[in-house]
Amino acid sequence: MSVSEKIVSDLVANNVNFVTTVPCKQLAGVIDAIDASDDIYHIPSNKEDEGMGLCAGAFMGGKRPAIIMQNTAIGVTINTLVTLTQYYRMPLPMIISYRGELGEPVACQVEMAVHTKALLNQLHIPTYHFHQEEDVNELDAILKHSFMCNKPVAILTDATFWKGY
Amino acid sequence: MIRSEILRDIAPVISEHLVVCNIGLPSQELHSIDDQPTNFYMLGTMGLSSSIGLGLALAQDKKVISIDGDGSVLTNFGTLPTIANNVADNFILLIIDNGSYGSTGDQPTYAGKKTSLTDVARACGCDNVIECQAEETKDVLQAALASNQMTIIVSKCESGNIKIPVITMDPVEIRSRFMKAVQA
Repeated sequence: MSVSEKIVSDLVANNVNFVTTVPCKQLAGVIDAIDASDDIYHIPSNKEDEGMGLCAGAFMGGKRPAIIMQNTAIGVTINTLVTLTQYYRMPLPMIISYRGELGEPVACQVEMAVHTKALLNQLHIPTYHFHQEEDVNELDAILKHSFMCNKPVAILTDATFWKGY
Repeated sequence: MIRSEILRDIAPVISEHLVVCNIGLPSQELHSIDDQPTNFYMLGTMGLSSSIGLGLALAQDKKVISIDGDGSVLTNFGTLPTIANNVADNFILLIIDNGSYGSTGDQPTYAGKKTSLTDVARACGCDNVIECQAEETKDVLQAALASNQMTIIVSKCESGNIKIPVITMDPVEIRSRFMKAVQA
């Protein structure tokens, strides 16, 4: 099983059945596997805050949502995370491509990478960093944690985890 | 007619359905006119009423009406292609288009100038887009509910606000009460 398939298999095993995605090269395999899954309603969104709105509605409608996005989206979604997801106490696993880490070829990505963990920490969002491939084995517990405590959680997956670009 | 008069007019029509109501004065007005457990009041996050409503409509079978404003749709323009391409026939987006940012002091929006949200929604691929005058909103909404087709309504009205208190209900209570109504 590939890492992408393992991630989607854990989503399905945790009844995560509504996933919104914003494209990312690193997460392309995960996005493809989500789109191919019969157990997940895949709804691509145009911007990550829009996606979090979709997830909030789906959660209130009885679905278990998740969002797939890049770490640049933390800059886009702070208001939504604070005034919607956190304020109304909703779960939201965020599987995030951690661009700008070791191996990154695009210098500008580093500019957001240096703020990513600091922002998540400031927002009091439980954050998990997948660096080695075996770190993916924690995903099942992280998903359970998000739905147990009704909080957004961040799963940062870097280039080393994805074996480069 | 101003927005609060439209809300008063449509209150009997929407009271039995799930309603996601836009941040600021629209939620405060609806809360004051006809508070219902089936109303989800947005206390923050401008622009996401249509996204929350679409997610809710896709997740379950009950009818969902998102009450939005022209300014909020302009803030979250990406919502219209997403709505067009993820059809939920239990979803109605009611855009109350008064051509101004009402909650922040009636600054004019581009929707009150050259930009037609009706044309934009159609260009984004939305199939049933109806523009109406404020006075027609109730009838158009009733017809849309009866049609069982996803519908975008753009209700053109006058700009103006009434004095109304803020909502002091706790967000978790709003959400919990709403989710019980969804499941009922």
